[in-house]
Amino acid sequence: MADLPAGDAGEDPRGRIARQFIEAIPHARALGMTLREIAGGRAVIAMPYDARLVGERATGVIHGGAVSALMDTCGGAAVMAHASAPVGTATIDLRIDYMRAAIPGRALVAEAVCYHVTRSVAFVRATARDGGEGPVAAATGAFTVERAG
Amino acid sequence: MRRPEPVALVKRRRDAALAALVGTIPYAGFLGIGFDRRGDELTAVLTFREELIGNPLLPAIHGGVTAAFLETAAVVELGWQALWPRIEAGEVDPGDAGALPRLPKTIDFTVDYLRSGLPRDAYARARVNRSGRRYASVHVEAWQDNRARLYAQATGHFVMPGGAA
Repeated sequence: MADLPAGDAGEDPRGRIARQFIEAIPHARALGMTLREIAGGRAVIAMPYDARLVGERATGVIHGGAVSALMDTCGGAAVMAHASAPVGTATIDLRIDYMRAAIPGRALVAEAVCYHVTRSVAFVRATARDGGEGPVAAATGAFTVERAG
Repeated sequence: MRRPEPVALVKRRRDAALAALVGTIPYAGFLGIGFDRRGDELTAVLTFREELIGNPLLPAIHGGVTAAFLETAAVVELGWQALWPRIEAGEVDPGDAGALPRLPKTIDFTVDYLRSGLPRDAYARARVNRSGRRYASVHVEAWQDNRARLYAQATGHFVMPGGAA
């Protein structure tokens, strides 16, 4: 599963804690992801264009899998930033719809919203954009919610 | 009757075509995804590295890596099945990238995370359940230590090259 690490909730606001989670993820670092916004069950994460992430050499278009990694990370971050204060989360399922090819050379920015949380499950919607017309991809996912204690 | 070709020659041709196909996907190289071939059957292999970690505390493979691994297995399986008859007919020159078919485009991909991805190698096999002129539906199973204990599965739909999106 796409687990995010659990950490201790100290005096820092939830956004600060969630930011530390993202920055502690080796694969998020490998893809150059940076957290732009995080608060109230919403997260925005950017991923720069990188030729190593291309899905088909002839087109230069970023691989869907890299978009998945961005969506998954952003979804997990949105869950961690939810007001109900989960201490950890993991992806149960994630569906991604690819509306169009990402424009080569452009960074991708994902926005995820954790729109509903039960005691044990968080529901997330996300979109990825590259500054071109309309989103590149949309995602819906369910994540586990780990509670303290 | 024609004499069968020497087996080494047949294997070399098939392996070269597979390597050329996978070589068109830079991201497969970035993640360290390789393919084992037995006849026309492919098994995708994800060799574990620290950079694939999504949760350093468990530790566990990143869900995005798993999604990418399964999607790559699906796309390569579709490309491979399109290529196979041409390989067998001796029509594919692996040295000529232009001779390779364009890859199918993913419409949607749904990953079901069944277990935490352990910090070990992972394997995946894709099954093309439907492949028409324009669309294909593919199911992928992935496991680590035990073939019967899947750690993830996925279903995806694809637009075939040449088909209208």
